[in-house]
Amino acid sequence: MPSPGGRRNPSIVATTQEDFVLPESDRTTNPPTERRGTVATIFRLYPYVKPAMPRIVLGMIAALIGAVVALIIPQVLRGLVDGPLQDGDSAQVVPAVLLILALGVLEAVMIALRRWFVLTPGTQVESRLRNDFYRKLQDLPVAFHDRWQSGQLLSRMLSDLNHIRRWLSFGIVLFIVNIVTIGIGFGFLISINVYLGVGFLICSIPIWIYGYVFEKKYSVITRRSQDQAGDLATAVEESVHGIRVLKAFGRGKHMLRNFSSQAEDLRGTEIEKARAIAGIWLWLLLVPDVTFALALLAGVLLAYNGELSVGDLVGFFATATVLRWPIESIGFLLSMTFDTRTAVDRYFEVMDETNTIVDPAEPKTIAEPHGRLTFDGVHFRYQDSPENVPDLLNGIDLTLEPGETMALVGLTGSGKSTLTALPTRLYDVTGGAVLLDGVDVRELSREDLRSHIAMAFEDATLFSSSVRDNVLLGRQEFADGGPGADAALAEALEIAQATFVYDLPDGVDTKVGEEGLSLSGGQRQRLALARAVAAKPDVLVLDDPLSALDVDTEALVEAALRRVLASTTALIVAHRPSTVMLADRVALLENGRITAVGTHSQLLATSEHYRFVISSLEDDQDSDLREEVNA
Amino acid sequence: MSVHGVTGEERDDFTRAESRAIRQRSTRLLGSALKPLKKKFIVTVVVILVATAASVVGPALIALGIDRALPALLEREDWVPLAAVIIGYLLVGVLGAFLVARFQVLSAEIAQEILIDLRKRVFLHTQRLSLDFHENYTSGRIISRQTSDLDSIRELLAGGVAQLVQGSLFMLFTFVALFSLDWVSGLILLAALIPLAFLTRWFALASQKMFRRTRVASARLIVHFVESMTGIRAVKAFRKEKRNEEDFAELVEDYRDANAKVIQLFGTYDPALVLIGNVTLAVVLLVGGLRIAQGELAIGALLAVLLYTRQFFGPAQEMAMFYNGYQSASAALEKISGVLEEKPGVPDPTTPIDLWEARGHVRFDRAEFSYKEGRVVLPEFSLDIPAGQTIALVGSTGAGKTTLAKLISRFYDPTKGSITLDGVDLRKLHPKDLRRAIVMVTQEAYLFSGSVADNIAIGKPDASLPEIEAAARAVGADEFIRTLPQGYDTDVNKRGGRVSAGQRQLISFARAFLANPSVLILDEATSSLDIPSERLVQEGLQTLLADRTAIIIAHRLSTVAIADRVLVMEKGRIVEDGAPEQLITGEGRFAQLHAAWRDSLV
Ligand SMILES: Nc1ncnc2c1ncn2[C@@H]1O[C@H](COP(=O)(O)OP(=O)(O)O)[C@@H](O)[C@H]1O
Ligand SMILES: Nc1ncnc2c1ncn2[C@@H]1O[C@H](COP(=O)(O)OP(=O)(O)O)[C@@H](O)[C@H]1O
Ligand SMILES: [Mg+2]
Ligand SMILES: [Mg+2]
Repeated sequence: MPSPGGRRNPSIVATTQEDFVLPESDRTTNPPTERRGTVATIFRLYPYVKPAMPRIVLGMIAALIGAVVALIIPQVLRGLVDGPLQDGDSAQVVPAVLLILALGVLEAVMIALRRWFVLTPGTQVESRLRNDFYRKLQDLPVAFHDRWQSGQLLSRMLSDLNHIRRWLSFGIVLFIVNIVTIGIGFGFLISINVYLGVGFLICSIPIWIYGYVFEKKYSVITRRSQDQAGDLATAVEESVHGIRVLKAFGRGKHMLRNFSSQAEDLRGTEIEKARAIAGIWLWLLLVPDVTFALALLAGVLLAYNGELSVGDLVGFFATATVLRWPIESIGFLLSMTFDTRTAVDRYFEVMDETNTIVDPAEPKTIAEPHGRLTFDGVHFRYQDSPENVPDLLNGIDLTLEPGETMALVGLTGSGKSTLTALPTRLYDVTGGAVLLDGVDVRELSREDLRSHIAMAFEDATLFSSSVRDNVLLGRQEFADGGPGADAALAEALEIAQATFVYDLPDGVDTKVGEEGLSLSGGQRQRLALARAVAAKPDVLVLDDPLSALDVDTEALVEAALRRVLASTTALIVAHRPSTVMLADRVALLENGRITAVGTHSQLLATSEHYRFVISSLEDDQDSDLREEVNA
Repeated sequence: MSVHGVTGEERDDFTRAESRAIRQRSTRLLGSALKPLKKKFIVTVVVILVATAASVVGPALIALGIDRALPALLEREDWVPLAAVIIGYLLVGVLGAFLVARFQVLSAEIAQEILIDLRKRVFLHTQRLSLDFHENYTSGRIISRQTSDLDSIRELLAGGVAQLVQGSLFMLFTFVALFSLDWVSGLILLAALIPLAFLTRWFALASQKMFRRTRVASARLIVHFVESMTGIRAVKAFRKEKRNEEDFAELVEDYRDANAKVIQLFGTYDPALVLIGNVTLAVVLLVGGLRIAQGELAIGALLAVLLYTRQFFGPAQEMAMFYNGYQSASAALEKISGVLEEKPGVPDPTTPIDLWEARGHVRFDRAEFSYKEGRVVLPEFSLDIPAGQTIALVGSTGAGKTTLAKLISRFYDPTKGSITLDGVDLRKLHPKDLRRAIVMVTQEAYLFSGSVADNIAIGKPDASLPEIEAAARAVGADEFIRTLPQGYDTDVNKRGGRVSAGQRQLISFARAFLANPSVLILDEATSSLDIPSERLVQEGLQTLLADRTAIIIAHRLSTVAIADRVLVMEKGRIVEDGAPEQLITGEGRFAQLHAAWRDSLV
């Protein structure tokens, strides 16, 4: 491989700068329905890139000047060889060398300028894209997040955007500049000798063709390796999140086996990828070497025939050497461009997702919130439920009067949690409407709506920040402390019987760890309850808020909650009679409808299904009780 | 400050000694991963040596062509030198190209071998690390270790190392070729090495710091991102979006800044290299040109010298580019070696004792436990649970029930005293036997993405579908599973989001049923179930628990009906212990609790 000049690893273009390519998996996501052309796809970045355009163009100009300067150096050399050197005129050598030195310095300056110009745009565009992506994801409804693994979103957020940055900082600039350089370079070659120049041009065509073909093959392998890496990442994520289960069953090794076989698959693909790269290496080295050998043969023959001077020969090889890297790079810059297009596609795949739960154009406001919550013929079904199944919520009619506490009772899987997600529009109804103080919740802005209604979920998700931040999450005015924050915090903790936090190492400033898992289940649940209460909403929606509490604590929480509930409208999912007792009325959810509403004792007396759902007493005691109530 | 394990991971201001310690452990790790690949490694080195040598011959042959073959042709009509040069060029070219291609594949194979080794090690090790590690370290960080960190190592091993080895060899050989062609030019190049060395050293030091910063910044970005995506419901319900956006934007800016600094460094290093190269070229040309004028050097040789000088700096530029790959990979390796350095809080026994058929006799012998030093959660106590006994463990939240259960299933080891199963200390028991014998079902019923059947089969990986269905039927989960779109094959989505909380508990219950352990621990495993479902589970339990030890933690005291013995815990102590009938009729804590519970039923 006698190659004068640049020797580049094919991955050089793709692997500049602090890369970390995060795996991604797309198996479960929908491929984009229409395939745009590469240019059209990448052009979608234009709005983001627009402010940076002047710098990018300046960077290109600098790069171009640098390239032209690099090409002029051999020309000076050629003149030097044919002139002063041939004549043995040493006086002439110095100015020529000085010229070359000046050109050399200029080239370095141009490279520095190019770097400097494209520095900010790439990273700034990347940041802007990243922030927009995050904003969009937070805006998209829960239904979207049900469908997408967070790992897949992560890989878009990180590796795809990194890719775009590299392309903007290097790829696009080098791509355009190298093409122009090749054009000019061939001009020089042809000016030295037409046959030699055209011959060289023709000989380099196979590289371009191969580079293109390679790209297609390569991108298939790359995509596969990315998918497999994504599966691997999901396996890692789950092996950590599910560590308790894996430890409990001692399935670490078992998981390792699955993980290993996935890792082996990935290795196979990676080696296949390496073989493909080795293939292009072979071409990249073989073709120029053969070309150089042929050029040497032709050059010497031409010189022998007197059609070429020694200076021409020197100039030719010096120029060809300068051109070698731009020629070699075209294939890869092309593949990098295709990769970028994929990255842009993947990015916009999420950005194009239409948000079905949006703020209305002209949001209404509730002048005087009372907290009347009405379900008016509400229907709901999950996006993936089979067609022949009736709606999960099949016509819910229910009204919570201001200040009223309503318990929601039903079997596991009857749709209670689903129902509680509708008022805050985590999901939108598929039929009917939810009204807050007579206003359809879809006519309020989400921000406003969610400041009226606070929730406690059945799995108490806490964030890895302090107890204080977690509890005061719904009180934006207290985000930075502020007067009253401590009082509000103390009150909420008191009501939820979560005063145990004062005994934690740093009191209310203790960090609760990822998802609060360093707390016991009941402690977590009480904090989640405190969080909902602290928000001081007009309507409280509590999904099975006391399930992890012991009887005593439950009684204490209930007593404290009663005070809050006296003035606040509340919807409470309940499994136990004791929780039901908190409520003024009880609604029974059965087969997607509210089949009975009334007080606990009314329902015990009248509804067979209610007795079945709520009563844990033996049947005989049950009937005793019924008699008692009836009496 | 200590830099052992993952401590200090967030810092980027290491002292020299700390840096050295970290570097050493990374090197050790890499060394141990390379060891089994010694043979392949040697072959690879030979291949690259030959390939690089071949690649350096080119300019010398061009010089020969101009200085020898052309004159021979002109003066003597002698075609032999030309033919020899051309054929030589072709031969060396073909040989070099094939060897380089081979080298690519070989080095990829080595890289993948190392990677898969590291992947498995990290995976297995994180599985071994105890829960307190995971609680503090967060999943996001482990994910970034296994994904982005390993990826940067992959990039280094697959491309960077090859480039580095090849590049430095290439520089060396070029230098030798140049020296043997024309030692005067060789000396000039030697002089140019001095600024090159200084420049590179500066760059190495400056960029290392920056790369650590980008790693830290990207890991923070990942952690924040994963957390807000996982908790998206709470984010929305409590309108945390704006604040999240601000926090995220700050992290993005940190990351951008770190990246920009890195690019800036390159923006200085790269042109400086070109500058040194071009100045050297001019000096070589000046000296060479003057010597040609005096007839001391042939023109072809000057061309070769110039081409060599230029190509000498070629790899230097690339190596600088790959140097960053090296930097980011070594930063990554530091993090990974840190995780691997963490000692499991609950280590596997070195000489494990087998226990084929555990009877299920559990004993606490003067055991004490604290999560963090100085905060004793369970003060010293002894407890004997005979085989086959069903125990109801009750007490207020935070009393330490879960902690006690976690000790039996060896999620943690007691800080004092011991816990035995059938007389064998849990710390000496073979982990496999331990896990087969003792299974704990927790309130947080975690489901893995995959089908319902897969999730139940965690209890017994080789279970047949009928077995799985039988387990589901036994706990009353069969009915709802059949109504799912694809029955047992329905994908439960991430974290089981496809099914309701109670249904998740039923599935994880079926899982434990299938595992068929000698000691079963249920920690509020039915808390989200409605009463009829719970009753069904309890009926299943009665048959299930007939001949095994069970510890049931539940707030709904209906479980007590099936218990042989009740333990009441308060503030980490067992305050009451006895048969349920006896305790109910007494005056103690349990009697109160039970009365309160009876009242709560109506
Ligand atoms: N994200 C989801 N996608 C599809 N189906 C769901 C989803 N969440 C819940 N379901 C299904 O909807 C039904 C009701 O669930 P849920 O409202 O959680 O019940 P519960 O009354 O126990 O709170 C269940 O059968 C469950 O399988
Ligand atoms: N991983 C942990 N790290 C530190 N403290 C913990 C951890 N888990 C539980 N604790 C503390 O230990 C005490 C007992 O908790 P736990 O055993 O979960 O109670 P229970 O199960 O009885 O409700 C509580 O004060 C709790 O805050
Ligand atoms: Mg529910
Ligand atoms: Mg507990």
